[in-house]
Amino acid sequence: MRIRLERRLKPSKTAGLVVALVSLVLALAFGGAILLATGANPLLTYKAMAIGAFGSKYAFSETLVKAIPLILCGLGVAVAFKMKFWNIGAEGQLAMGGFAASGIALFLPKMLPGFPKWGLLPSMILAGFLLGALWGMIPAILRAVVGVNEVITTLMMNYIAVLWIEYLFYGPWRDPKGYGFPGTAQFPEAAWLSRYPGTRVHLGLVFAVVAALILWLILSRTKFGYEIRVIGENPKAARYAGISLVRNILLVMLISGGLAGLAGVCEVAGISHRLQKGLTVGYGFTAIIVAWLGQLNPWGVTLVGVLLAGLLVGGDQIQITMRLPAAAALILQGAILFFMLGGALFTQHRVRVDWNFRRKPKEVPPAEAPQGGEP
Amino acid sequence: MTIALLTSILWVTIRAGTSLLYATLGEILTERSGILNLGIEGIMITGAVTGFAAAYHTKQVWVGVGAAVLAGGVLALIHAFLTISLRADQVVSGLALTIFGSGLANYLGQRLGPKGAPLVGMTGPKFLPMSIPGLEEIPVLGASAFNQDVLTYASYVLVPLIAYFLSRTRPGLHLRAVGENPRTADAMGVNVAGTRYFYTILGGMLIALGGAHLSLAYTPGWTEGLTAGRGWIAVALVIFATWNPGRALIGAILFGGINAVQFRMQAAGTTIPAPFLNMLPYAFTIVVLVLITWWESISKRVGAPAALGTPYAREEKR
Repeated sequence: MRIRLERRLKPSKTAGLVVALVSLVLALAFGGAILLATGANPLLTYKAMAIGAFGSKYAFSETLVKAIPLILCGLGVAVAFKMKFWNIGAEGQLAMGGFAASGIALFLPKMLPGFPKWGLLPSMILAGFLLGALWGMIPAILRAVVGVNEVITTLMMNYIAVLWIEYLFYGPWRDPKGYGFPGTAQFPEAAWLSRYPGTRVHLGLVFAVVAALILWLILSRTKFGYEIRVIGENPKAARYAGISLVRNILLVMLISGGLAGLAGVCEVAGISHRLQKGLTVGYGFTAIIVAWLGQLNPWGVTLVGVLLAGLLVGGDQIQITMRLPAAAALILQGAILFFMLGGALFTQHRVRVDWNFRRKPKEVPPAEAPQGGEP
Repeated sequence: MTIALLTSILWVTIRAGTSLLYATLGEILTERSGILNLGIEGIMITGAVTGFAAAYHTKQVWVGVGAAVLAGGVLALIHAFLTISLRADQVVSGLALTIFGSGLANYLGQRLGPKGAPLVGMTGPKFLPMSIPGLEEIPVLGASAFNQDVLTYASYVLVPLIAYFLSRTRPGLHLRAVGENPRTADAMGVNVAGTRYFYTILGGMLIALGGAHLSLAYTPGWTEGLTAGRGWIAVALVIFATWNPGRALIGAILFGGINAVQFRMQAAGTTIPAPFLNMLPYAFTIVVLVLITWWESISKRVGAPAALGTPYAREEKR
C-alpha cells in the first residue's frame, strides 16, 4: 500500500468546508484536553462559553461589539495576506487610528470653535484611516524599496504604537480630573458613534459590513484585485506580466493599515469615548486568525469575525462564571488555526491510496531512462 | 567612563543578551534546515512559564530547565508536523504557534501556582551569578563576562560548538544541504524530512531555554508578557547574523547593550519618559534590519538558506 498526494488544480470548495468544520471540532477536543489536564471540566467550560457568547440577546450584542474591530482588522490583514504581504501590524495600526481619532475629538473643537459638529466624526474617521494607513505604509515602503522583511517591521511597529499611546494617556493627554485613571478626558458627544438602543452595538458594524462589500468588489471585479491575486499566487508570473510590485504593495498596505486604523476609530468613538488603557487587547493578532479562517475572503472574514468574537466574549464569561483564565479562548484560537492549516493539505491535494502498489510490479514501466533531475 | 560603570553595563548587557542568544541560535539551526519558525515568541514565553512553574513546585532549577526544554520541543514538533508532513504555510503556522503559545503561557500562568492559583508574584529557585576562579581577576571582563549564571556560561560554549558543527562536520554538512537544496540532499541519501524534524525540534528546545533564562535567571518569576517581543527580535537577529552562530553572539550583545543602556538611563533619572526608553529595542531592530538588508543588497550577498520557507515533496516538481 502506498499513499500518494496529488496536487489539485483548484482548491476544493467542498473539502474546504469539511476541513473548517472538522478543524473546529478537533480544536475543541484539543483545547478540552488542555482544560482537563489543568483540572477544569471541558464540557461545562464550553457550555458556559457558548451561553456567554450567544445565549441571550445581550450576550449576542456584546459578541457583535467585539466583532466590529475583528472584522475590520481581519479584512485589512486578509487583503495584505492575499498578496503574501505578511502584515502582522494590525494591532499597531489600530492603535494609531485610535490615537488620531482621539486627537481630533479632544482638540479640534477647542482649536476651531466654529467647526460644525456634524463634521467631527467624519474628520475622526478620515484621520484614523490615514494614520493607520501611514503606520502600515512605513513597513510597506521599506519592503518595496529596500526589501526589508515586513514580518519583523510590522510587528516592531506594534510595540512602538502601543508604547506611544501609553505615553499619551499616562502623560500629557491624561485627564486631570480622572483621579489618576490612565485615560484621556471624555470626548464631546458629537464625537460618539450612535448605538443601537439598549446595547453597545454601534455604527461601526455598518462600516464593517460596507468595508467587506467594497473589498469584495475590489478583489473580485477590478484589475487591481486581479493583480493582487496574481502577485500572491505567483510572483514570477506577476513580474513577467509587468505588474508593478511596488505600486501594489503600497496600495494594499494603504487599505490594510487604513482598515485597522478605522477599527481603532470605532473602538474609541463607539465604545470607550476616550483614549485609554485597554484599546489594544490583541484584536490585531486575532485578526490574523480571522483572515486565515475566512479563507481571505471578505464575506468569510465577516462570518468568522463574529464567531471568533463569540469565542472572546465566551472567554471573558468563563473568567466570571467558572473562574477560569480568559486566555483559554486564545489557546482555542491558536488550536483552530493549527487544524485549519493542517487540513489545507486536503483542500489542495487529493489523497490517493494505492492498495496494490507492491503486488503489481508488471505495471511499473521497465527501467525508465534516467530523468533529467535538477541542474 | 569609569571602569566600574563599564563593568556594570557589560554585565547587564551579557545577562540581557543570553535569552536572545539562545533563541537566535535555535532559530539558526531550524532555518538552516529550510524551516522558518516564526513561533519563537510563543515558544519562548511557554518555556518561561513552564520552566518557572516546574522549578517553583520542585524547588529545583534544573527541573525547570528540563520542563522548559520539553515544552519547547513539543511546540516545535507541532510546527514541524504542520509544515513538513502536512506542507502547511510556514509563515502562518509560525504565527499560529506564537498566538497559541502566548495564550497557553497566560493560561498556565494563572493555573499552575499553588493549588491552582496564579503564578504571578511567586518567588522560586533561580540561577545565581557565580564567578569563575582564576578568570575573575581579569579587569572588566572578570566581573562582567565571568560573573554570570550557568546558562550564560553554557551559551559561551554553545556558539563555537554550533559554528564548528555547521562548518566542519558531516551531519552539519547534511543540515546545510537540506536547507540549501533538499532535492540534491535527497539524492545524496540524506533523509530530508527527518533532518528538518530534528533541527526544528532541537531549535525549539534552545528557544525555550532562552525563555527559561528569563524566568529563572534574568528576571526570576513570572509576569504576563514576560518575553516582551524578544522572540521577534531574535527573528531579526538571525537575519542580522546572516545565519552564522558567531555573528549571533555579536547581535545578542548589541541588543543586550540596548537593554543595559535603557536601565542605566532609567537609573540615572533621565527626563526622557519611560515609554520612549522602552521603544528603543524595537526601533533599533527596525533600523538594524534596514541597514543589514540594504548592505546585503548592495554587496550582492545572500545569507538565507536557498530553500528557506519552501516545503519539499519528492514527487512534485517545482
